[in-house]
Amino acid sequence: MSDLRSPLARARGLGSAKHGLQHWWAQRLTAVALVPLVVWFAVSLVMLSGADYGAVRAWIGSPFVMVLLLLTIGIGLHHAQLGLQVVIEDYIRSDGWKLALIVVVKFIAALFGLAAVVAILRIGFGG
Amino acid sequence: MSAVNRPVNRPLSPHLQVYRPQLTSMLSILHRATGIALSVGALYLAIWVICAAAQPRVYEWFQGFNGSIVGRIVLGGWLFSLFYHLCNGIRHLFWDAGYGFELKDAYRSGWIVVIVSLIATALSWVVGLRLI
Repeated sequence: MSDLRSPLARARGLGSAKHGLQHWWAQRLTAVALVPLVVWFAVSLVMLSGADYGAVRAWIGSPFVMVLLLLTIGIGLHHAQLGLQVVIEDYIRSDGWKLALIVVVKFIAALFGLAAVVAILRIGFGG
Repeated sequence: MSAVNRPVNRPLSPHLQVYRPQLTSMLSILHRATGIALSVGALYLAIWVICAAAQPRVYEWFQGFNGSIVGRIVLGGWLFSLFYHLCNGIRHLFWDAGYGFELKDAYRSGWIVVIVSLIATALSWVVGLRLI
């Protein structure tokens, strides 16, 4: 097989940045955490169907649900932005667009995640 | 052409269009598609709790959308995406651990994922509607 590196890359001799594992591992760790959380959430959602404003707020506001719901949304959004980053890196060729899209995805995840945290805490602690 | 500018002769992997569609590749694509759908679904989930923290009429507006035809289709797709990505995600975790790579096993686990996610979607849909 021919050499896969360009002559310039070979001359620079830098090799990999050795940061690849972190992203891969975070994706798997969040996946494992989401398995029980998602099962719990799906069952809860089905049980909640037809519940009105008051009933939904009472459910979200109980301490047990608050903790699990915060974990589900927080870890879920983290897992989502890690996955979307891989999709963007796979399909967007231009370096500029690639970077811009990844940054936008991370910002949106942070914005909606924090807003959801504030909303859940507000329901739980009153306000 | 100078040596520096010479294009590197990297091997290209054959892409989607040269393959006959098969269960394993279709499920792989569906995993990615449902992952993208669920990213939007996670924002939908965030909007749900934000609406619940707002005034009752805001929540009623959100519930009104969920009850509409479009809302029901979105929620149905959301549920299926969730169950499919969950089941196939577990399949991926087994692969990561080094199990289930034989062709026979890959097909069997693939069919199990399809059947379980369809049953889970149908079951939660029927139970959910009965509770309303």
